[in-house]
Amino acid sequence: MSQILVNAPERARTGEIITIKVLIRHRMESGHRRDRVGAPIPRNIIHSFSAQLAGEDVFRMDLFPGIAANPFLEFKALARVSGTLLLRWTDDDGGRHEHAVQIEVT
Amino acid sequence: MRQRRTHLARLSRRRWLAGALGALALPVRAQWVEPSASAALSAPAARAIAELLRGREPRTGRVQLEIPKLAENGLAVPLKVRVDSPMSAADHVRTVHLIAPANPLPAVARLHFGPHSGEAYLSTRIRLADSQRVFAFAEMSDDSVWRADAHVVVTLGGCLDPIL
Amino acid sequence: MSDAGRGRAIGLVALCLLAGAVAAMHVAPHQDAAALVPADKRSGIEYQSEHTRAMQDDPSANPGLLWASEGAELWQAAAGDRPACAGCHGEAGTSMRGVAARYPAIDGMSGRLLNLEGRINTCRTRHQHAAPLAYESEELLALSAFVAQQSRGIPVAVSVDGAAWAWFERGRKFYAMRQGQLNLACRHCHQLNAGRMLRGERVSQGHGNGYPAYRLEWQTLGSLHRRFKACSAGVRAQMYDYGSDEYLALELFLAWRANGLPVETPAVRR
Repeated sequence: MSQILVNAPERARTGEIITIKVLIRHRMESGHRRDRVGAPIPRNIIHSFSAQLAGEDVFRMDLFPGIAANPFLEFKALARVSGTLLLRWTDDDGGRHEHAVQIEVT
Repeated sequence: MRQRRTHLARLSRRRWLAGALGALALPVRAQWVEPSASAALSAPAARAIAELLRGREPRTGRVQLEIPKLAENGLAVPLKVRVDSPMSAADHVRTVHLIAPANPLPAVARLHFGPHSGEAYLSTRIRLADSQRVFAFAEMSDDSVWRADAHVVVTLGGCLDPIL
Repeated sequence: MSDAGRGRAIGLVALCLLAGAVAAMHVAPHQDAAALVPADKRSGIEYQSEHTRAMQDDPSANPGLLWASEGAELWQAAAGDRPACAGCHGEAGTSMRGVAARYPAIDGMSGRLLNLEGRINTCRTRHQHAAPLAYESEELLALSAFVAQQSRGIPVAVSVDGAAWAWFERGRKFYAMRQGQLNLACRHCHQLNAGRMLRGERVSQGHGNGYPAYRLEWQTLGSLHRRFKACSAGVRAQMYDYGSDEYLALELFLAWRANGLPVETPAVRR
């Protein structure tokens, strides 16, 4: 289960720069920690995140273990036409996740 | 045993810090006197930076890096980065690199922007293993590189937290 | 003194002792307990940095909300051979409003003190015929965060009357008792030195009004009993079990001590 909380406007004006905030539940296991018996805990982080609005890339990010657990990302996007805000993220396990919300641009 | 040693090691570092503060006779809430930026970078950090610069000389300016001077906990340090740019097709920010030289892995993130981003901006939370100067390098569409940096004091390291 | 006289004297003493005991039961709070309440009550949030405070208040940035939203889903999920929580309790926003502010509380049927986690599990076993959820499991954290969230902003208001009194007294004594290799009682840090620096951190008054809380140190949401364990370890004392009587009694005492402070679950703490 990869949970995401998204905060994005439902409506925007053409040409407006909108703010999108996402909070993704993920341990972001750095690979530097050890368990109770000293064995290293393998790295498992979200290593890439992307956001597209109405088919155009608005933000992409390569994440490394230095990003805190349960990543919070606040970024901007240029609202041109109504469409889908498509958020995608992939973690080290190969898990690919996506979440979509609609934004109406007038 | 291992957990206890880690705990004691952290105690020593904090005691050292408390001692250093005492020696400087600074009240905890006073304006920080930033340590010298000339402290040498580790080899992996220098390599990571050299790789992204590809021989280009980074200029200061245009990049704003907002990060607290004192991190409450190294496991979640708030960071905001913003780059001045028209973000047009002809003139925009392509990539911003966030580097924490004292982390086990200096590269923290690579941010990719374009004309549809509206603004080259990100607010997030990072992990810092130790007190250090954090860097942001912004690569522009004209291939120029701009940089900003900020020093953060971390009293509780962010990468080696023992499991409770 | 004659036998009859002695008998009467003993009877009189016994009567006085009984009257005294009865009188003591109705005198709340205990005199010693009042000395353990801060004059200027402040929630733990006031001892966090401005960034942590902002994180708690921002519904798009508070990681604890990830668990609360999972809890909202579990609220609707059937368990055991009976309907979901929603089947009996309907909309949590209505039925659970103010509930967490009154916990820990005595369970009418069993007479035991239950905290919120205990109440959730009692509901599961008694009404849903489902297995109890393990302490610190993602499901129990999610449900307790969600239920407590329905009391956000409502002042803590626990009762220490009746059967709760014995638990309250036990918790009060635990709070004032020196423990561990460092030989410190809770009160030494959280009552006598709240607001002062302990190495790089400012000591809070030690209220539990934000729990379960997202602790930056844990990188996850955790229960109050997990926080207690960290405190026990901090003074190099024996850690008690999750859901133990010791920690339950302490939780009740702390809730009484925090009476009036708003519930902040899910809080963010360092």
